[in-house]
Amino acid sequence: MAEHYSSFRAGGRLWLWQRITAAFLIVVLAFHFFLLHFVHHADEVTFLMSANRMETWSYYSLMVLFLVTATFHGVNGVYNALINVGLSGTKRQVVKGVLVVASLLLLVQGFRTANAWAGIDLLPIL
Amino acid sequence: MSMSQSYDRGLIEDFGRWREFSAGMWAWIFHKFTGWVLVGYLFTHVAVLSTALTSASADPATVAANQDLYTQTIRTLESLLVVRVLEVGLLAVAVFHILNGTRLLLVDLGIGLESQDRSFYASLILTGAIVVASVPTFLAGVSL
Repeated sequence: MAEHYSSFRAGGRLWLWQRITAAFLIVVLAFHFFLLHFVHHADEVTFLMSANRMETWSYYSLMVLFLVTATFHGVNGVYNALINVGLSGTKRQVVKGVLVVASLLLLVQGFRTANAWAGIDLLPIL
Repeated sequence: MSMSQSYDRGLIEDFGRWREFSAGMWAWIFHKFTGWVLVGYLFTHVAVLSTALTSASADPATVAANQDLYTQTIRTLESLLVVRVLEVGLLAVAVFHILNGTRLLLVDLGIGLESQDRSFYASLILTGAIVVASVPTFLAGVSL
């Protein structure tokens, strides 16, 4: 297996999570496109309609899980792509740090936005 | 080829070799390209949707009249033909990534390893068909 070419350490935990989130995202991304372009139409979007959907707990939790899995899958994919082109050593650690911070900012902003629609006030800043 | 053997596909990152690329290598390149587009879009999408934070604390009458920042931002963007065309492009990218990703998951499970070239071509054809069929919906109501 020493010559085996892979962007992941075979059997690694991130390798498995990249695939678990992939299986979830296949279904939810297709649903997201279908709901917001075919059932509803993008040019008819209103704050009240978005809020109505997000006030439903099932939709809200699905969208929060969508945000978390998409962020992980996307950012971990970028990290793997960079390792594929030879990112290593200190640079790799710095890039990893930047990607983790970017992910956290995206998650916080997405979560705040979902809460704004759902009318949830957790903290003054959230 | 058993699981313990390796497959030397050469350096895909050397795009000068593109004439030698097999179907599996093209699938890998397309999957990576569409992945970069999707993650870039994810950050942009959340940034645009964040205008809902302003609308949530806006005057309810303004929101009821659809004059709030979020509604106006989305409607303005959707009124632009270039945005609609980019959305069709995004659909193409997402559908290919979904179909090819399904193919990758199946190959990871050892399903369809022998027909992975054909399933890549099927992903491309199905992506094309879904995108073409979706164009009327994606361009509905936009003025040229």
